[in-house]
Amino acid sequence: MTRVHFSPSSLKEGRWYEYLIRFALGGAATVFTGLVSSRYGAFVGGVFLALPAIFCASATLIEKHEIRRKREAGLAGERRGQMAAAVDAAGAALGALGMLAFAVAFSLTADTGIAAAFLGASFAWLAISVVAWYVRRKTRSVRSARTKQRANDALIPRSH
Amino acid sequence: MTEYVTRFLVGGAVVSAFAMLGDVLRPKSFAGLFGAAPSVALATLGIAVYQHGANYAGVQTQAMIAGAIALAIYSVTVCHLLVRAKWRAVTATLLSLVVWLVVAFGLLIFTRGQT
Repeated sequence: MTRVHFSPSSLKEGRWYEYLIRFALGGAATVFTGLVSSRYGAFVGGVFLALPAIFCASATLIEKHEIRRKREAGLAGERRGQMAAAVDAAGAALGALGMLAFAVAFSLTADTGIAAAFLGASFAWLAISVVAWYVRRKTRSVRSARTKQRANDALIPRSH
Repeated sequence: MTEYVTRFLVGGAVVSAFAMLGDVLRPKSFAGLFGAAPSVALATLGIAVYQHGANYAGVQTQAMIAGAIALAIYSVTVCHLLVRAKWRAVTATLLSLVVWLVVAFGLLIFTRGQT
């Protein structure tokens, strides 16, 4: 099982305008949420706190980087790029569980104190996301080990 | 006007910070967790608390629950469109926004109907 680690060299793959696009999208999503909240109220505006605006840009960039890397190696990287973006989407699905925990924790603790609400909700997001990722990872590795075992068993000739 | 400039700068900075954290983390499935980080929420809620108080932010996070459930379904949809339908990332992520909108507002209407 691959351990979680930092790969700072990944930052070199990005172009300056890609970071600018993400900054602009993040800013635009925050402005948009503010506009919806002031026009239609806090409840309707609150839904947009979970808008996947940034995810669109991130997944597209991941696919692009993977395709570029494969092309540099003389390979067609379209399929590989799609798969890399799909892995990111699977991670985002687990992250969404964390975001759900963030929203529940914040709404339950907002009355008690704002610092506690922010800290508690952020901790809930991180804890639930990491636990969900770890459980999925563990389940997948157990399943693949069983599949390999079954394949090996099928290959061994039976003497009786 | 100043409020929206502040929103833009704070939102852009928080989102970029989480996105860069996702860029440098490996494996990719773990980095994907940061694609669904509450970056817009942190920026917006911070401003909401400053301007309108804790109750306003509390109401926003109640509705955010529907958005987060929709985000989980959205991400799974994108994943399937990329793997099975072999769509490009830009097409899959943008068209699946319809799924996010339908689920999020469907849940919102349903929960409002219950209360």
